[in-house]
Amino acid sequence: MTIPREHYLQAVFPTPFHPRTAAANTLNAWHRWRDYTVADAYFDVALEYTALRNACTVFDLSPMTKHLITGPDALAFMNRLVTRDVAKLKPGRVGYTVWCDDEGQVVDDGTIFHLRDHVYRLCSQERQLDWLLGSALGFDVSIVEETHDVAALALQGPTSCAVLKRLGLAEIETLAPFGIRSYAFESTELLVSRTGFTGDLGYELWIDPERAVALWDRLFDVGKVVGVKPMGTFALEMSRIEAGFIQAGVDFLPADRAIRPDRTRSPFELDLEWLVDFGKGPFTGRRALLAEKARGSRYRLVRLDVEGNKPAKDAFIYDRRRRNVGVVTSAMWSPAAKSNIALASVSTPYGAPGDELWAEIYYQKELKWSRFMARCTVVEGPFYNPPRRRAQPAADC
Amino acid sequence: MTDAAPIVIIGGGHNGLVCAAYLARAGRKVLVLEASAEVGGAAVTREFTPGFRVSSGAHLLYALDPAIARDLRLAKHGLALARSGLDTVALADGEPLVLNGAIVRSGQLSDADRTELGAYVARQRRYAALLAKPGTGAGFSVFRLLGRMVNNRKTENPAPVPLLQLAFDVRRLGRADMRELLRVGTMNLYDLLDDRFESPQLKGALALDGVLGAKLGPRSGQSFFTSLQRAGAYALPRGGMGTVTGALAVAARAAGATIRISSPVSRLAVTGDRVTGVVLDSGEEIAASAVVSSADPKTTFLQLLGARHLDAEFARRILNYRSLGCAAKLHLALDGVPGFRGVPAAQVGERLIVAPDLDYVEAAFNPAKYREFSSSPVLEITVPSMHDPGLAPAGKHVLSAIIQYAPYDLADGWDAGRDRLLQSTLNVLARYAPGLRAQIVDAELLTPVDLEREFRITGGHWHHGELALDQYMMLRPVRGAANYSAPIDGLYLCGAGSHPGGGVIGRAGRNAARVVLGKVRP
Repeated sequence: MTIPREHYLQAVFPTPFHPRTAAANTLNAWHRWRDYTVADAYFDVALEYTALRNACTVFDLSPMTKHLITGPDALAFMNRLVTRDVAKLKPGRVGYTVWCDDEGQVVDDGTIFHLRDHVYRLCSQERQLDWLLGSALGFDVSIVEETHDVAALALQGPTSCAVLKRLGLAEIETLAPFGIRSYAFESTELLVSRTGFTGDLGYELWIDPERAVALWDRLFDVGKVVGVKPMGTFALEMSRIEAGFIQAGVDFLPADRAIRPDRTRSPFELDLEWLVDFGKGPFTGRRALLAEKARGSRYRLVRLDVEGNKPAKDAFIYDRRRRNVGVVTSAMWSPAAKSNIALASVSTPYGAPGDELWAEIYYQKELKWSRFMARCTVVEGPFYNPPRRRAQPAADC
Repeated sequence: MTDAAPIVIIGGGHNGLVCAAYLARAGRKVLVLEASAEVGGAAVTREFTPGFRVSSGAHLLYALDPAIARDLRLAKHGLALARSGLDTVALADGEPLVLNGAIVRSGQLSDADRTELGAYVARQRRYAALLAKPGTGAGFSVFRLLGRMVNNRKTENPAPVPLLQLAFDVRRLGRADMRELLRVGTMNLYDLLDDRFESPQLKGALALDGVLGAKLGPRSGQSFFTSLQRAGAYALPRGGMGTVTGALAVAARAAGATIRISSPVSRLAVTGDRVTGVVLDSGEEIAASAVVSSADPKTTFLQLLGARHLDAEFARRILNYRSLGCAAKLHLALDGVPGFRGVPAAQVGERLIVAPDLDYVEAAFNPAKYREFSSSPVLEITVPSMHDPGLAPAGKHVLSAIIQYAPYDLADGWDAGRDRLLQSTLNVLARYAPGLRAQIVDAELLTPVDLEREFRITGGHWHHGELALDQYMMLRPVRGAANYSAPIDGLYLCGAGSHPGGGVIGRAGRNAARVVLGKVRP
């Protein structure tokens, strides 16, 4: 889809799937995601979530910011941009990453698709074109934002592979996690990656917007028998917290939006040390991150198992009930983990595994507010991590 | 053995040589690499036509740090002045106004203007001294401190003592001076001068100090601040500006430094996250315990080091550092003493300026905003051979003029523009020196593009970048490279792109040497 010149006449657009998502949205519940309107939920948040964890769901991913980075210096550019070593990402593979400003504070996170030699797609939470162009000085690369040129769906859940199999994607079950494969679909290319934001078995499908509706129809046609449902953002939010994934603007503030110096977070402070490769050569923020490593970090991202069943949304975190040491950034009752979970940012040295932390939870019953202190346990790893997520071959029936 | 590797200084201009001399005096092994066939950078004397020699870059000495001249015994090493304390002769259609600092030698000036001029000049000198203080010793860590304060994401919390020192110095100016500094600090010179003085000629002459070499008009913000850079007395070295750098080279060699000419550096060698040497155009690699670059910041960071060794935001700051030159240089070989209307022959060797009034100067700036040069430019003219006969054959003379408002990025390009600028400048000169054209033996015009090529300064800006509040002190050249250091280890800056900037001061070179001495083990 190209944006018409009269772009000012309409600021927010329907996605390429809108004819179908609108028809499916029995709640008529929408919100804005960048340049597009997307569904909060289609019929029932809890049932959409349940379909995700027990069958499979289709989520309209089209508004995700996408960039195409090409040219002789594409790899060198990517490696100078992000914290991990992109040279290790082979063609046909996807990698999660973050990138930092000069001070080693996270600007954004996203996924790098190594489509083929010298060609990368970078998907990001935030708009990044300005940052990418600003990082291109001295590199022979072309950087194009292609958000509007690529329609995308996330097909996630235990029966997602079965749906793609029924769609006729040969040997899709052999596609490894974080792998990319290209298929033909109605005389166009359908790019399939085994990626997602739900922590479950799942795929993301990338296609020409002209074929978007046809793809949607075929998925629902062949997927009906394995229970495919549309899923909105609210259910996705539940699944990503269960998976322990962070979100820009929620669990961390993009560094280029911060005014106050202590509001940003480094990769170390987001439990993403595994993404930082000091051995690969220069990258933006490297010197600052080395200094932080020597000096120690200010904050720590913790995954908390919270006592009771009241979601600890926006709760302050205390040490032994006295000192305020942090705040919850995402929280929910997790049906899959059967526990009350939260992501929180706490000041170091608090939040080491085994530390005693307390969440101050406010809740309301029939308009009456109550407050209580809930004991929290620091959990390591995702709250929900089913083996099928990484199984090879993927379950295809 | 890295112990045996020298400190390599890129560029044998005055700052590179000052830095080399101080490092060598401290016992360090120093190697200066100069790209040209002679040292001097933009402070050189060059024969531009047979028999006629001229200072082809800077043409007046007004800011050389006396402490440096003393430390390095420049007089002993060959620096002599042909003339010091030059008067400023403000040319006009009528009687010229002749000034020397606050002294009015001749010209029409009211008593009020004379009184006010005394106060103005005295105050300018006090403020200039204040700006010169950081980098001279005790106040030095002001850079580091303010740099960190500006860099609000840094988590270190250095003691505020040096900042208080600066505040204390400002306060110590006394109530009246301090208030005035805070009032006019970022003000434009046009309004300031218009408030204070009556004589258009005087206002024009004083305005020149705020705009010469800068991409500013008198009405531009900060032009008052820029004017503080030229509060010194003007002198002509015997033998031209090349004598200054010649003496510096002798001083550096005497202290033990090695100077190699015709050795252009093509890039810095980087190992790990450290600059470990240089690679010459010839392919020769030279290991270095540290590299100190006197090249301009864009050359140093974007060409010699390469943006990919820098963090992205820092590289952008260097890219956006304002460094497009706006002045051209005119050299004339003359077959006699030029005659300027109303100027006795004895005064032709003074500093002659064409800046008849404020509006003339502002109007001269206007085209530069739109990438055009001024057809009625502001001029600063010297005829050094009046005091230094060795520069020209007997009875003949050389004239050197700075043509103010000739933008580097001329819309039509300088190949087409060079001759047009020459002709219009000669026309302006002819207005004040009607017989000049007939006296011309040869002429040379150096546009900013020529200055860039000749002196290897990106943008051809003689200060290696605009001297402005946002590119000054702890912000010079940019945040992250102040204090003569670079974000990458092993690299230091000592050129005019560092505080306090260009103008043949030498302080950037000396301050850089101090930083290097503190950080690089022998």
